[in-house]
Amino acid sequence: MLALMKDFLISPLRLKRLGILGMNKRNRDYIARYNERSLFPLVDNKLITRKTIGQAGIPTAELITVVQVQSQVNDLLALVEDYDEFVIKPSKGSGGKGILVITGRDGESFRKASGVLLSADDLKRHVSNILSGLYSLGGTSDVAVIESLIHTASALTRYSVEGVPDIRVIICRGYPVMAMIRLSTHASDGKANLHQGAVGVGLDMKTGCAVRAVQHGKSVTHHPDTGQDLLDLCIPDWNTLLVMAARCYDVTGLGYLGIDMVIDQRYGPMLLELNARPGLTIQVANNAGLLTRLAKIDRLSESETRLPAEERVRLSQAWY
Amino acid sequence: MKRPSKLSFLGGISLLLAVGIALILHRHYVYEIPLVHGETQVVWSVEARVEFIAEDGPVTVTMARPTEQAGFTVLRQSGASPGYGLNFIDDIRPRAEWAVRSANGVQKLYYQIDLLESSYAAQPQILAPKLYSTEWQEPYRTAVDSVLNDAFSTSANNFSFARELIKRLNENEAPQHVKLLRRAYNGRLPSLIADILNHANVQATVVYGLELEDGRRRQLLTPLLRVWDGKKSEIFYVDTGLVTENPMLLWEQRGAPVLDVIGGRDSNIRFSMLRREASTYNALAENEPTQDSLLNFSIHSLPVAEQAMFKTILLLPVGALVVCLLRILVGLRTSGTFMPVLIAIAFMQTSLGTGIVGFVLVVALGLIIRGYLSRLNLLLVARISAVIVSVIAIISLFSVLSYKLGLTEGLKIMFFPMVILAWTIERMSILWEEEGGREVMIQGGGSLLTAVIAYGAMQHPMVQHLTFNFMGVQFILMALILLLGSYTGFRLLELHRFAVFRK
Repeated sequence: MLALMKDFLISPLRLKRLGILGMNKRNRDYIARYNERSLFPLVDNKLITRKTIGQAGIPTAELITVVQVQSQVNDLLALVEDYDEFVIKPSKGSGGKGILVITGRDGESFRKASGVLLSADDLKRHVSNILSGLYSLGGTSDVAVIESLIHTASALTRYSVEGVPDIRVIICRGYPVMAMIRLSTHASDGKANLHQGAVGVGLDMKTGCAVRAVQHGKSVTHHPDTGQDLLDLCIPDWNTLLVMAARCYDVTGLGYLGIDMVIDQRYGPMLLELNARPGLTIQVANNAGLLTRLAKIDRLSESETRLPAEERVRLSQAWY
Repeated sequence: MKRPSKLSFLGGISLLLAVGIALILHRHYVYEIPLVHGETQVVWSVEARVEFIAEDGPVTVTMARPTEQAGFTVLRQSGASPGYGLNFIDDIRPRAEWAVRSANGVQKLYYQIDLLESSYAAQPQILAPKLYSTEWQEPYRTAVDSVLNDAFSTSANNFSFARELIKRLNENEAPQHVKLLRRAYNGRLPSLIADILNHANVQATVVYGLELEDGRRRQLLTPLLRVWDGKKSEIFYVDTGLVTENPMLLWEQRGAPVLDVIGGRDSNIRFSMLRREASTYNALAENEPTQDSLLNFSIHSLPVAEQAMFKTILLLPVGALVVCLLRILVGLRTSGTFMPVLIAIAFMQTSLGTGIVGFVLVVALGLIIRGYLSRLNLLLVARISAVIVSVIAIISLFSVLSYKLGLTEGLKIMFFPMVILAWTIERMSILWEEEGGREVMIQGGGSLLTAVIAYGAMQHPMVQHLTFNFMGVQFILMALILLLGSYTGFRLLELHRFAVFRK
C-alpha cells in the first residue's frame, strides 16, 4: 500500500523544497494579494481587454464584429460575409471555453480547425449560446466577439496541428517569471488547453528555446501528431514578446497575470488574452517551481516594479 | 489590498473558538444538555391522586406542587380532572388549584409531573417563613426549656442546633421530659422540633418530601424539617429510621399546606411514580428553558415546527465544512461548489442507497433528454426550464413506477432539489460537449463522493445532536472554515499531480 502510494504521490516536503507553487498558495498569496478584484473585468472581459491593451499599442487580432443581442444572430452570415476564416469567442469566457475557430468555407458550411463542417445554424446556435451566458463566468449574459484568424509564424506551424500555438508568460509585478508554449494536438481538438491534451513546452527565459515538453503531465520529446522534435523549438522575436507581455502589467495593474500571446506570420507577437488565474502546469513544463522564482519578486520594492518593461525583462533574464 | 496581520487573524479565530466553547459549556452546565449523544438521564413521572367527598356545592382544591430544587428539574406537568377548572399558580407558594361550581360524592383529581434527575440543578433560595411561638402549658414548658438549653450549649449555629435537637428527641433511652413531649405530639417529631426551634427564635418549618422508588403506588409524603440560618436553609430527616438511598423529592418545600380542600371532606392524597431512562435529547425536547436570558441561544425557544426546520439549516455549515475540506485539503473537483451539500440533504431524507440510485438515474436520464434539447437550438433560459420540467417528469415517473411495483422506497425520490438537479444536468451536459465524458465522470464522481461524505457527516447522530443543541458549534465551525481559508499548503491531489517532479 505504502509502496503503491509512493508511485503516485510525492511528499509535500519535497515539493516545498523544489519551490513548487500549489493551488491554495497561488489563490491566496498571489492572486488575492496582487490582483485587485476591481481590475478583474479587465481580463475577464475580452472586449475590455482589447480596448485597454489596444490603447497602449500592444497588437491584438483584428476585430471583425461584436454580436451584442440575440436579434443580431440572424444577421450573423451577413456580418461575416467577407471572411472565410474567423474566430468566435465569448467575451467573458474562461479556460478557452466557447471559442470556435473557422478556417474556411465549404459551400454553405463552415469548416472548423479540426476539419469538421458546421452549418450556418450550428454557427448561429453557438453565438446564441454565447449571448445567453453559457460560457461566461457565473452564467451572466455575454456578447460574442468575432476576430480575424491568426496565422501562426512558419517557424512554429510544424509543432502544432489544427490550432494556433500560444505562448503563456507568467508576469508577476511586471517581471516575467516563467514561460511555456502550448501546442495543440489532435487530442486537444485544436485547443491549446493542457488538460485537454495539448502539449506544454517550457521555455528558457533567456533564449525562448524549449526546456522540456509534457503532455498529460508526462514528459514527451516529440509532438504526438507531427513527430517534430519538441526540444528544438525556439520562439522567434522572443525579447519583443517578453517586453510586450511585461507591459501588460503597466496597462492593467494586475500583479499576477498569465499572458497568452501568439506569433503571427505577418505581424509578429500579438496578445491573445490575459488570465488573472493562470494555471500551475507551467511548472511541470519547465521542470521548475514557480515559488523559488516568485520569492525574488516578492522582495522587490514598489519602485522596482515601475522600471521600464525592457529593463524588467533584462533583469528577469539575468535571474532565471 | 491590505490584509489584516496574521496575529489579528489568529486572534479572531481564537476569539471565535473561545466564544464557541464558552457557549457550549454554558449550554452544558446551565441547561444540562449532555455533550455526548445518547447519554441517558433518569426521568421520574410522579402522579398525585387527590380523593375527597364533595358536599354538594362549590369546591376549591389547592395542592402544593413540586418546583425546581436541588437534584431535580421540572420537565412538564399536567392535570386530569373532568369538570374542574385547573390552574397552575406560580407565586411564593407554587400550587395547583382545581375549582368547580358544584360537585357531589367521591371526587378524584389527578396531577402528573415529569422530573429530570440532575446533579446540576441548583437549590433555589427559599424565603424563611415568619417566626411563630407556641404557648406550652406546664410541665411541657419546662421540658422544652430543658431540651433547648442542652441542645443550645452543644451547638454552634442553627443547623447544628437543629441536629442536636433531632438527636436528643430521637433517643430511644430518652429522659423522662423528652418522652413526655413526644407523647404530647403524638410522635409527630418534625412539628415538635419546628415548634421548639421557632420558640428559640430559629426559623424552621415542616416540609414534605416524596421518596422516589420505581413502580411504587399509593405512597405518602414524608414530613421533613427545613431550618434556616440567615438566607441559607437545610433539610433534615427527623425520623432517622426513614433515611434511605432513594432520591427524595421535596413535594412541598416552603412550609405551606400540601392539600387544602374547601367544600369537601375526608380528603387524602396518594402518590405513584415511575422511573424511566430517556436520552436527554428527548427529555429536553419539550423543556423550554423559561429564563429568557440573552445567552440562551437555544433553538428550543422556537415553536416545534421551526425547530424541525432549523435542525436541517444548522447542519448546512457542517456540509460546507466538508466541502471546504475536500476542495482545499484534498482538491476534489465538484460540479457546482455547494451542489453536493444540497444533494446530501436530499440523501438524508431518502436514505443513502435510494438516494444514490435515484440521483444517478435522474441525472443520466436528464442528460439523454438534454442531448435531444440541445438539437432544438433553444435559448439558454428556456432550455434549462425545459430540463427542470423534464426532471420533474422523470421524478414523477419514477415515483409512480416504483409505487406500482411496490417499492415505496422509490417515492422518496421526490425529496430531490429539482432546480439544482436541472442545473447539474445542464452543466454536465455542457461539460460533456466541451471536455468530454471523462471530465463529466471526474466532476460527477467528485460531486457524488462529496455528497456522500457530507451526508455521512450530517446524518451522524452525534453531529446532529451537537449542532442542534449547541449554538457554540456554529462558531467553532466558522473558525475552522476561516482557518481552512488561510491554508496555503498543497492539496492531496497535487501531490499526485506534481509527482512527475519525483524522479
